[in-house]
Amino acid sequence: MHGFGGRFQPEADQVTLAHLKSGQSGTVVDIQGGRRMTDRLNALGIFPGKKITKTSAMLMQGPVTIEVDRVEVAIGFGMASKVMVKPDRAP
Amino acid sequence: MTRILLMGNPNVGKSVLFSRLTGVQAIVSNYPGTTINYTRGHTKLGEETAEVIDVPGTYTLEPTSEAEEIALRLLDSGDIVINVVNAINLERNLYLTLQLLEKGIPMVVALNLWDDTRHRGIDIDLEKLEKLLEVPVIPTVAVTGQGVKELVENLPRAISPQRPPATRDQRWATIGKIIEQVQRIRHRHHTWRERLEDASVKPASGGLIALAILAASFFVVRFIGEGLINYVLDPLFNTLWAPVILKLSQLMGGAGFLHDMVIGKIAGGELNFLESFGLLTSGLYVPLGVVLPYVVAFYLVLGILEDTGYLPRLAVLMDTILHRLGLHGYAIIPNLLGLGCNVPAILATRILESKRERFIAATLISIAVPCAALQAMIFGLVGARGIQYVAIVYGTLFIVWIILGLILNRTVKGFSPELLIEIPPYRLPPWRAVLQKLWLRAYGFLAEAIPIILGAILVINVLYILGVFDAIANFTAPVVTGLLGLPKEAVTALVIGFLRKDVALGMLAPLALSSGQLVVGSVVLAMLFPCIATFVVMFRELGWANMLKAAGVMIVAALVTGGILNLIL
Repeated sequence: MHGFGGRFQPEADQVTLAHLKSGQSGTVVDIQGGRRMTDRLNALGIFPGKKITKTSAMLMQGPVTIEVDRVEVAIGFGMASKVMVKPDRAP
Repeated sequence: MTRILLMGNPNVGKSVLFSRLTGVQAIVSNYPGTTINYTRGHTKLGEETAEVIDVPGTYTLEPTSEAEEIALRLLDSGDIVINVVNAINLERNLYLTLQLLEKGIPMVVALNLWDDTRHRGIDIDLEKLEKLLEVPVIPTVAVTGQGVKELVENLPRAISPQRPPATRDQRWATIGKIIEQVQRIRHRHHTWRERLEDASVKPASGGLIALAILAASFFVVRFIGEGLINYVLDPLFNTLWAPVILKLSQLMGGAGFLHDMVIGKIAGGELNFLESFGLLTSGLYVPLGVVLPYVVAFYLVLGILEDTGYLPRLAVLMDTILHRLGLHGYAIIPNLLGLGCNVPAILATRILESKRERFIAATLISIAVPCAALQAMIFGLVGARGIQYVAIVYGTLFIVWIILGLILNRTVKGFSPELLIEIPPYRLPPWRAVLQKLWLRAYGFLAEAIPIILGAILVINVLYILGVFDAIANFTAPVVTGLLGLPKEAVTALVIGFLRKDVALGMLAPLALSSGQLVVGSVVLAMLFPCIATFVVMFRELGWANMLKAAGVMIVAALVTGGILNLIL
């Protein structure tokens, strides 16, 4: 839905899940990965339009944990870098 | 016979429900992916008997791992599906429910973890949900058995509402509408448990918690294992069994082929259960007196860790390290299982997504993760020389695990997928379930280990008498003596290691090795050739080509490590 624009020029009000601050909530707007990654995230109920809250991030590009529908999910850093989120309030 | 499939997302309690329905005990834990293969049992359905299958958990019918592929294959063979749904997380669970309904198999929904909804502030309108899904919906609490009777009574009502196939977006839209009508969430304050959950996956606090838990686990295993040996099993063997054996030895004339086979060697009237190598001495003492206490201690602690839900959090903390080894954080679970037994550990690599990850994980486990049986013998034999030598053995294996992982990550083609897992809430382990699981695993150990241990001792005695070992010893002397610095007779232990590692390490006991030699022997034995059971499971899970590759890596790694240790010590 965002096509190339989403990939190369992230819109100002979007950040990747990897860059979202811990404790911040937002809405998933785009998943810029391949089919397989989209499938795996979809299976866990993470897809564009979904409200999420980032609970924590490990150091050294470790995994990010988020809460989605009252369930905690851990996502590898690389994958989290491809999930675009619109934070609830401008950071 | 009617075939009933228990299907649902991972970690929603399918296996607990399965045990309730069939009386068959299944291993259950609090993490996604405990069941990696299906288990079958039977239940009464009115007058007739129906077959019940506990299918591995799956999020969708578009499989993303091997466990999920198994689930998909089983689906076509079922007559009725019991779709087990986590009432706490209806949204995501309903995705699979809709996919199953599209398949046209008669279905009943078990809304499990129903008791949790109340204190989590979730209200679900059951009647409306039933109406919208067009199949019976039964609230259940599998752990206590609540609702299970109603579930069985409602099985004949299972129907297929003939839903037309939908696209992914359509399904999520449908779910959105259902949730809007049936679910109300009340606001409530954070509990201490949720604070602990958050602290466990934050870098600083999480690291401290992990260190504390792992250290505590190690000491508890050691405390229980040693306690059982010193205060229960050694006294039993020494005061009750030893006199019987000595009497029997007298009756058999104290020597001869049969005597040596049954009782073994008794040096100067002094009975050493570990060194005598007879069927009734070492053959019973190794599995029951040395290994069983540690198996019990290890699986008790592992069971508690599994059931509290800590392991997925450990996976998050370990992810960065495991990435360097070509794995991701979740691989910590098969590796930990390997500290108990390598066979279920290699089976558990099925929770990893790619063939590459499975190969790396299985290879690392079979080479550098010593099983409980071997560890018990290491504590017994090497520990007697001083705890620092045990530390050297473990330290070496850990370094090998890291270095080998780094090398495999660089050399094995392909790339490994990223961590993506659901982290279950913490739960207090249900003690009955923990003890049941411990019993299943300890019994499983005895049933598999004792026949092989007795067989191994039989083979050892026959080969000794035939002089086969001497021939092998002379043939391999350059490697064993030259490279590893061990007496040439030590090769017999390396050969027997293929049958059982615990017995094999026991064979080093009578050789009067120096402490350094014992360390080299233990490390090489741990790394070289997994036992035959592990070999079989590697062959089945990886295929022969990859198994041979793993075996090649194993031989090189074991000899290099042993050689280096020999130079240093």
